[in-house]
Amino acid sequence: MTCWETIGAYAFRSLGFGEKLLPRTDFTLCQQFTLIGSGLIWNVYFGALALMLGFFLSNALALSKASHKPWARKPAEWFIFVFRGSPLFIQFFLAYSALVMLPRGGVDVLGLHLPTSWMTSAWAGALFVLFLNTSAYAAEIFYGALMSVPKGDLEAAEAYGISGWAKFRRIQWPTMLRLAWPAYTNEAIFLFHATTLVFFSGFPAFQQRGDALYYANYFADKTFNPFVPYPIVAFYFILLTGTLIGIFGLVNRRLNRHLPSNTRSKIRLRPQLIR
Amino acid sequence: MFSSCADPKTLEGLSWLVCYLTSGKHIDFYWSFLTVLTLLAVTAPVALTFGFGGAMAARSHVAPVRLVGKTYTAMVRGVPDIVFFLFFVIALDQGIEWMKHQVVCPDWTQPIRQGLEFRVCPEAKVPSNSSAQIWHQLYGFALAVFTFAIVFGAFAANVLYGAMNAVPRAQLETAESYGMTPRQVFRRILVPQMWVYALPGLSNLWMILIKATPLLFLLGVKDIVYWARELGSAKTQAYAYPHPDWRLWYFLFLMVCYLLMTRLSEIVLNKLAKRLNHGQATAAGEAMRRTAQ
Amino acid sequence: MKKLLLATTLLALTGGAAAAETIRLGTEGAYPPFNFIDDQGNVAGFERELGDELCKRAGLTCEWVTNDWDSIIPNLQSGNYDVIIAGMSITDEREKVVDFSENYVPPADSAYVGLTADADVKGGVVSAQVGTIQAGYVAESGATLLEFPTPDETVAAVRNGEAVAVFADKDFLAPYVAESNGELTYVGDAIALGGGVGLAFRDSDDELREKFNAAIRAMKAEGALNPLIEKHFGPEAKKF
Repeated sequence: MTCWETIGAYAFRSLGFGEKLLPRTDFTLCQQFTLIGSGLIWNVYFGALALMLGFFLSNALALSKASHKPWARKPAEWFIFVFRGSPLFIQFFLAYSALVMLPRGGVDVLGLHLPTSWMTSAWAGALFVLFLNTSAYAAEIFYGALMSVPKGDLEAAEAYGISGWAKFRRIQWPTMLRLAWPAYTNEAIFLFHATTLVFFSGFPAFQQRGDALYYANYFADKTFNPFVPYPIVAFYFILLTGTLIGIFGLVNRRLNRHLPSNTRSKIRLRPQLIR
Repeated sequence: MFSSCADPKTLEGLSWLVCYLTSGKHIDFYWSFLTVLTLLAVTAPVALTFGFGGAMAARSHVAPVRLVGKTYTAMVRGVPDIVFFLFFVIALDQGIEWMKHQVVCPDWTQPIRQGLEFRVCPEAKVPSNSSAQIWHQLYGFALAVFTFAIVFGAFAANVLYGAMNAVPRAQLETAESYGMTPRQVFRRILVPQMWVYALPGLSNLWMILIKATPLLFLLGVKDIVYWARELGSAKTQAYAYPHPDWRLWYFLFLMVCYLLMTRLSEIVLNKLAKRLNHGQATAAGEAMRRTAQ
Repeated sequence: MKKLLLATTLLALTGGAAAAETIRLGTEGAYPPFNFIDDQGNVAGFERELGDELCKRAGLTCEWVTNDWDSIIPNLQSGNYDVIIAGMSITDEREKVVDFSENYVPPADSAYVGLTADADVKGGVVSAQVGTIQAGYVAESGATLLEFPTPDETVAAVRNGEAVAVFADKDFLAPYVAESNGELTYVGDAIALGGGVGLAFRDSDDELREKFNAAIRAMKAEGALNPLIEKHFGPEAKKF
């Protein structure tokens, strides 16, 4: 099998297309690169979706944590504490254990029949955990940024007669986003790193469709040589991190476009809040 | 442990539970908490040292040193820690034995690598095959500490690099104008001043380190997660204390422990932040001055 | 004092031979009844007894080490222990990178276990442990393979309905079936996979392998192995 044929057969193996069986003997470097790259699709899927969904929940959480009303503040504080305070590893395990307890056949709510068995598959269950997890981390970042919005800006807004919702939408929120962006970039990077834990500790792999680390593990297990597949995963992740930094840098430029160039906050990659 | 536990199969109810929770395996489980705490206590300063070195290298005026410093932080941070742990420890172990081999067996003629096999002379084994089990465990633990320190040192380097750049330029210029040499400025002004800027980042790093300890079992150290998994899984009659799958309870217990640990750290770190901010020309220091008035 | 003296004499006796070195035995410690960690925190099970007996016969001092299944062969090759004794089936794949001893358990039967005897093991979801010969078999059988990192989780998956059946060594599954009060049952006939269970050595360790081979042969010839198998795997287990 030439390398092109290998790519054709295995490039989308992680999604269930192409060859049904994984290579069993005579492992080539090309196979390892192709299959591990194919698994990376899942890492991107988990990371991107969790990040997008988490963006909304984290904003809501940050606002409720900043609220003066205890009924809004307390639940947000607890949510953030629990998800930031415990290892993702354990969160995955507990989530999976809880999800398999749902009745197999589905539940009937108000005459509607809701199937539940899809919840235990990684694409749904693990995504859900990652979504909650990243929301908690990002909420803490956004909350911190919300607290550092300069007081002068808010007073200026009020002096111009902008108040209430308009003030929030046009002054507070954009400033918060701008201040939080460098730290949020880090959170995004580490969220993508955390996606490697999905099949490693939490959820079972279905029909040998897994993420980059799953296939690396497969090859390490078959070739008995850990020094080839794991560095390949590392290589892919360095690329992924680079891309991510590029995309977030563009957004950062846009968020800071109104500022004179010497005061723009560059994305300084500090591990602010990661798991 | 207790004499009444001699025959567990005859026990019931509470006495069974007491015997079960004090079985040898459970004692190992309780000790593993100490292992994790020791690892945290040892790794934190080592990682900080690595980070300090990395940050200094990244700031160096010598181009190759700067490149090394920057590559180190960028590389390690680009790679998920779990991937790093999966192959780095074996590589490190082989590296150490290879170096010792060069020293103690210079006239060894057989190749060290035969296919996948790594074979050094018996004298070069670290620790040697016949040494007591405890040395093997300590060696494994040291490898784990070193690996953790490399990974978290890269993160710490980033934080410290940022903190060094955050110290107000005016303070350094003032020091220079008093006639201090660059070394003196670095030692007397920059380093003492940078901690307040580094603390938020470093405290996050500490939290991350706590939460990364479940990965210890990948490095061959039997940590709390290893034992929780081992103890919780369903036990057949081959064991003295058969029981169904109890992993859920063990993991819930671990979760509570982790939450306690992070909460405690938060409290301590907040106190430390207050002390460092005291009298500082930062927003937080200013806020403290106001409330004190 | 008497004990101490005895110990030193024993050491001197065994130390006189080439056995000055300690042989480290690597096992998984999570695969009852082959090997598991008992409630005292020590390695126990069939292989513990067998390993100790073999070491005694070969005149070697042995020490037990546990290692994760995933990295059990790389760590052997890296020299962290000298022998793998972990219920490892002799397969062609593994034969390429390690050398096996004679088998000490006959080619074992693998079996499907499910909640009902008519579970669809050819088209349904079947669970197996990652990296086992059984996982490879299921992937080729047409069934949907669901892989878990530990053997225990594969059985749990059947109980909670994630999989219709689990495919694993029959000797491993037998106690689960026996103790489930009829909840779990065998599906279909047993299937023979692999070439039996053997000790694994580094390719270059022929001398050590021969010592263990001699001890295994002696145990088989004396009929000392069969009672041990029967003790741990029950009277129905395959014997030599």
